Amino acid sequence: MSGSSPRVAMLKTVVGALILTLLPLPSWLEIVRPGFLALTVLYWSIAAPRAGGITLGWVCGLLLDAFEGPVLGEHALALAFLAYIAVREHQRIRSKPIFQQSLIVFAALIFYEVVLFAIDGWSGHPLTAPLRWVPTFTGALIWPVAAAILARSYRPST
Amino acid sequence: MILDQRFNWLGRAHYALQAASYPVELAVSSPVAAWHWVQKSFATRDSLEAENQRLRTRLRDLELRSMRYDALARQNAALIGLRNALPPVAQRWLPADIVNIQLDSLRQRVLIDRGSVNSVVAGQAVLDDDGVVGQTMHVGPWSAQVILITDPEHALPVSIQRTGLRTIAVGAGDSTSLALPYLPANADIRVGDVIVTSGLGGVFPPGYPVARVTEVHKEAVQPLAHVRAVPFAHIDTDSEVMLIWFRQDSPAAPLEEHDGELITGDRSIQPLTVPAKPVPPSEAAAAAKAADKTDAARKAAGTTHIKPPSQASAAKVSKPLSKPPATTPARKPERPPT
Repeated sequence: MSGSSPRVAMLKTVVGALILTLLPLPSWLEIVRPGFLALTVLYWSIAAPRAGGITLGWVCGLLLDAFEGPVLGEHALALAFLAYIAVREHQRIRSKPIFQQSLIVFAALIFYEVVLFAIDGWSGHPLTAPLRWVPTFTGALIWPVAAAILARSYRPST
Repeated sequence: MILDQRFNWLGRAHYALQAASYPVELAVSSPVAAWHWVQKSFATRDSLEAENQRLRTRLRDLELRSMRYDALARQNAALIGLRNALPPVAQRWLPADIVNIQLDSLRQRVLIDRGSVNSVVAGQAVLDDDGVVGQTMHVGPWSAQVILITDPEHALPVSIQRTGLRTIAVGAGDSTSLALPYLPANADIRVGDVIVTSGLGGVFPPGYPVARVTEVHKEAVQPLAHVRAVPFAHIDTDSEVMLIWFRQDSPAAPLEEHDGELITGDRSIQPLTVPAKPVPPSEAAAAAKAADKTDAARKAAGTTHIKPPSQASAAKVSKPLSKPPATTPARKPERPPT
């Protein structure tokens, strides 16, 4: 679709995810809004581990930090971790059916949220609202849809 | 990350990032802004006329009231013999629009469209027409993040208007309530009490309305009262806020940091080297403006310097501030009538 490198598609989807993250929504929707950027990073780490990988996670995290987060680098670190795990296990994750993938994504998102939680705690900006865990559920639920949409953005020329 | 947290070395990077992110933020908020614009441009003549009428009535009302306040202020100043009371404490103000994007769903932060090119600095008071909204936190060139008083990480030094009792108001995490967690169970506080800023903390001058107490629970077994208040500012519906610059030499100015110590009011009359026995009129006036008696006692004793609650940012002063002078132990003897 867009040449041999998925980078262009990557960029587009990252921008799309960022816009979805920042879009003002009614408050009940805000709570369930999944971490679109985390899902995007996960997808690209699994689908094209060489093109983006940890760097993609780190850059996306930094972008996210520019908008939210009390400490600069918080999301960068967490997303880089997330990308690292996904890149390491991408063969195994890719071969699973989509619903098992959802479960793995759920675990990965929980890990991501735990990293954020820990950094929040260490840096003295604790946010202990139980609502912060809701996006992990919605993220896992939305994974099949998100993966399908992201898959359309780029098809490797085999 | 640790550098950012501990040493603030990445302030410049943060600034640059905020500059870079502002166009994106504007772009994201543009559909909503466009919708509002369309709505506004198709507003009917009737509704505009009605609004005009309403505003005119309000203006007349306010003018009448401000005339009275002028007279009162003059009278007050004449009585006190202090000319410094005449200049208003607010030196300059600037309306700012709230950029309609979601910064963080669980924290109470908003983005405004004014930044350091408008000489906005971090830790600046943000008000709306009814009360205190919050203060600026991260300032970029064209935009600034505002931490609202309802954010759980925000602590605001306040006093109860009726009694003068000082305490800290902490955000409860939703846009309609504040908590006053550091009041002892025997504190004189009732539902309906008006909470105003106390002037400590270096961001807000004393006397700005903050919230009204809606809930007071006192249990004999609990050492602290459970108090909730509703902010006056329309924090969840505001689309425009006011940034205020304060006149530093006004007696009512917020505390200013100076060599690591916080100083209030006019510096020319402040540091009293010799403890004076009868409080001179100017001192009394300054103390009256600061609206607290313990300060007056301190000034009379020649110590005008108040320990800084923390660094310049009052946003992070939640706990340290609760113990030092903010909640005056001297006030405790005020017991509620049994």
